[in-house]
Amino acid sequence: MKLNLKIWRQKDANAKGELVTYPIKGIEGDMSFLEMLDVLNEELINKGDEPVQFDHDCREGICGACSLQINGEPHGPDRLVTTCQLHMRKFNDGDTIVIEPFRATAFPVINDLIVDRSSFDRIQQAGGYISVNTSGNTVDANATPINKHAADEAMDAATCIGCGACVAACKNASAMLFTSAKVSQFALLPQGQVEAVDRVQNMVRQMDLEGFGNCTNTGACEIECPKGISLENIARMNREYLSATTKG
Amino acid sequence: MGILDSKVPKGPLAAKWTQHKNDINLVNPANKRNIDIIVVGTGLAGGSAAATLAELGYNVKTFCYQDSPRRAHSIAAQGGINAAKNYQGDGDSAYRLFYDTIKGGDYRSREANVYRLAEESANIIDQCVAQGVPFAREYGGLLDNRSFGGVLVSRTFYAKGQTGQQLLLGAYSAMNRQINRGKIQSFNRHEMMDMVLVDGKARGIIARDLVTGKIERHSAHAVVLATGGYGNVFFLSTNAMGSNVMAAWRAHRRGAFFANPCFTQIHPTCIPVSGDHQSKLTLMSESLRNDGRIWVPKRKDDAIAIREGKLKPIQLKEEDRDYYLERRYPAFGNLVPRDVASRAAKERCDAGFGVNKTGEAVYLDFASAIQRYGEEEALTHGIKNADDKEITRLGKKVIEAKYGNLFQMYEKIVDENPYETPMMIYPAVHYTMGGLWVDYNLQTTIEGCYCAGEANFSDHGANRLGASALMQGLADGYFVLPYTIGDYLSKDIRTGAIPTDSPEFDAAEKAVQDRLDKLMAGSGQHSVDFYHKKLGKIMWDKCGMARNAEHLQEAIDEISALRADFWANVKIPGKADGMNQELEKAGRVADFLELGELFAKDALTRNESCGGHFREEYQTAEGEALRDDENFKFVSAWEYKGEPKDAVLHKEELNYENIELKTRSYK
Ligand SMILES: Cc1cc2nc3c(=O)[nH]c(=O)nc-3n(C[C@H](O)[C@H](O)[C@H](O)COP(=O)(O)OP(=O)(O)OC[C@H]3O[C@@H](n4cnc5c(N)ncnc54)[C@H](O)[C@@H]3O)c2cc1C
Ligand code: SF4
Ligand code: FES
Repeated sequence: MKLNLKIWRQKDANAKGELVTYPIKGIEGDMSFLEMLDVLNEELINKGDEPVQFDHDCREGICGACSLQINGEPHGPDRLVTTCQLHMRKFNDGDTIVIEPFRATAFPVINDLIVDRSSFDRIQQAGGYISVNTSGNTVDANATPINKHAADEAMDAATCIGCGACVAACKNASAMLFTSAKVSQFALLPQGQVEAVDRVQNMVRQMDLEGFGNCTNTGACEIECPKGISLENIARMNREYLSATTKG
Repeated sequence: MGILDSKVPKGPLAAKWTQHKNDINLVNPANKRNIDIIVVGTGLAGGSAAATLAELGYNVKTFCYQDSPRRAHSIAAQGGINAAKNYQGDGDSAYRLFYDTIKGGDYRSREANVYRLAEESANIIDQCVAQGVPFAREYGGLLDNRSFGGVLVSRTFYAKGQTGQQLLLGAYSAMNRQINRGKIQSFNRHEMMDMVLVDGKARGIIARDLVTGKIERHSAHAVVLATGGYGNVFFLSTNAMGSNVMAAWRAHRRGAFFANPCFTQIHPTCIPVSGDHQSKLTLMSESLRNDGRIWVPKRKDDAIAIREGKLKPIQLKEEDRDYYLERRYPAFGNLVPRDVASRAAKERCDAGFGVNKTGEAVYLDFASAIQRYGEEEALTHGIKNADDKEITRLGKKVIEAKYGNLFQMYEKIVDENPYETPMMIYPAVHYTMGGLWVDYNLQTTIEGCYCAGEANFSDHGANRLGASALMQGLADGYFVLPYTIGDYLSKDIRTGAIPTDSPEFDAAEKAVQDRLDKLMAGSGQHSVDFYHKKLGKIMWDKCGMARNAEHLQEAIDEISALRADFWANVKIPGKADGMNQELEKAGRVADFLELGELFAKDALTRNESCGGHFREEYQTAEGEALRDDENFKFVSAWEYKGEPKDAVLHKEELNYENIELKTRSYK
């Protein structure tokens, strides 16, 4: 395949960025999108140009490192996949592909296609955990049976990979889907109950402090989420939040 | 010899760890506040260690090269984690887990460490459940288990196909709690470039901020390395792209011995290589072997016709297929351990029976499972006279419930529907059993430098069984290291903060700077990947699934030449004083170019076949591994002396007091 890539280049956080056009040939259908960028980078390096920098690590759709806004969609046109699992057979010979970083105030660009998603870490640090000692003196794991349905639902919420596509997809750059996934996981498990009130309040407060926008129930986040995290989590978080604030 | 003191406590096996914990010195909680610990790596081993050390009251600094601890490579583990809980009442016990692990490792791991691992395994599950890890449950609300990789009990706990992810997020949340309390300072997008020794003790690291390029000094009373495995020395592996040996190798150059570098696990069920552009390999969970049957055509001309696309696998009749694992190993069949299954696949492909374009793939076929399950379903649901179509439909539904996400992943990558046509698989590099040598306390041969998880060598011997790496990482991090490090630190309560303006830090920083300058000064012939791929090819061809003396010697010579060429001619665009991913890669590949040579050298000195190390000269008439306990029942620990060719071998003899050494047989 021959393609025409338009890629966002930006030297560092303070520089002005721009889209630069790179024609590329010899792309095969079974390359992943990131392998296609590897091919481009190899060409750039051989010409003495600077390669395009982008985040990635596992290339298996699980670490959440890869990002990329591809033709306006986070993680590109395919559903339920991350960019590293998107394959070039989804594109056609002669296509023009626009590749940009995830855009959100709370995700400042660091370099080219790399954004800073540490705001997600800070939301988790504000309460995305259960305060239990790591001492090995806990009760036997089977002492508290957990309803299978609840455990499965908690697991579904827990599969969020923290990639930020939900934020990038949202016209308000809201982090509700991400935050609600963690809140839901713990809300559904007995171990998470004790701190539930503080947890949801602290996490929502941090989310707002980071500059994420509000949720207006558009649902674009759910459509673009590579892990199929459902909007129900947002509803659950809203209920948790409401009951936490009314409880005081 | 004699430098390698394993410090295994005296006394009966089952009492050693308890006795040791009773004997070691403790640090008063008020004094822990004055002690700093650096933890490099935030995977299962590092993340759990950091959280626990902070919980105990130490000041902890963590480092990882990703933008968040949550993205450490542990996140990718699929299958599960073992623990001797005996919830299923099938006779499991700490002793049995210990026994299976020692046997699976082909008697090349340390008894006392493995027993402790088995003992602590049950705690891990309790700990993780308390942290909110959503393990799979049965309808009664209790935890579910499955069995894994050739053991006879059901001891594997799992969270769908994402066990590593959930365990890591558990450790990450424990870290977050300590970050929130101010007890952990987390340095993300930071790479450890060197270790700093003061008076022979590890007292800090030199790190590079990967965003600004700034070189930083960080001091501490002890340094823990939990930096994962080095499988990426092969370029293609199931490891994350950034996985590297740099931290361990830098410590090695400063005096930490590197143990058993040639012990690498090749996993039999990975998606085969599809072309030159390939950047990494994807694992298909081993659980597929519970139902999939592995075969290649019996006749070579059929294999050729398949490769040329003239024949489809489903057109080949049952009697024309060679189910070679079932043929060779009737007792275990498709469930033989990973090293055995991998070698058998290579043997068939080398003999010309491979089924993809490159001839390096075998089939993993679910057709008969679909048939079997379909018939079962029809019966249990009282569907009479179900025709073939109906049976197939019912059978596919069962397979989908069990393996749906894996089938989907395969289809995304290969663009073929595995319900309709058999999957193609081939072995790939997956896990490294070698690593920094550590004693029973997990201390390396550098005082104050500890090593945990995949980065150390201790628990898996020559082979790792499924679901045991996660267990080891968490046991080390949550339950072993936090105790054993206290014994060392109890001597440091009056030391005070370690200054970073000492001559030792000056020298280490300068060494790092010089190395970066040297990398940037390459004449500009070839990219970093060019060298990494060349190294990977040498490693795979000559130090891969099967090795022989001639090829290993060639590998040593070729790698050494490649290394010289790399330093003279590598091309790294951009600058060192900002973000530069090519420079990051170059630093890692430079270390792989040294490790690779030591790897080959280690394989050359081990004149036997065991576990993941198969020397063609040492096999039985039936082509099985021939171990030599008489001469090789030891850990090889290499001391750095400049070039890898000058490395000096030290041996830690392994004593088996509680287990009788047997030949592993899966016939
Ligand atoms: C696809 C796959 C599936 C697997 N499935 C299973 C399974 O089902 N069960 C099982 O038991 N095991 C499984 N394993 C093996 C297991 O996942 C790993 O062995 C284990 O997670 C390693 O954990 P770790 O903490 O030692 O290292 P890692 O998780 O690799 O963490 C390494 C850490 O070190 C950091 N680091 C590395 N170098 C530096 C440096 N120079 N400076 C700063 N930081 C650095 C990284 O940032 C990272 O935080 C699987 C492995 C793979 C690849
Ligand atoms: S909710 Fe989905 S899109 Fe958002 S961070 Fe999690 S996985 Fe990514
Ligand atoms: S690189 Fe890990 S999810 Fe894409």
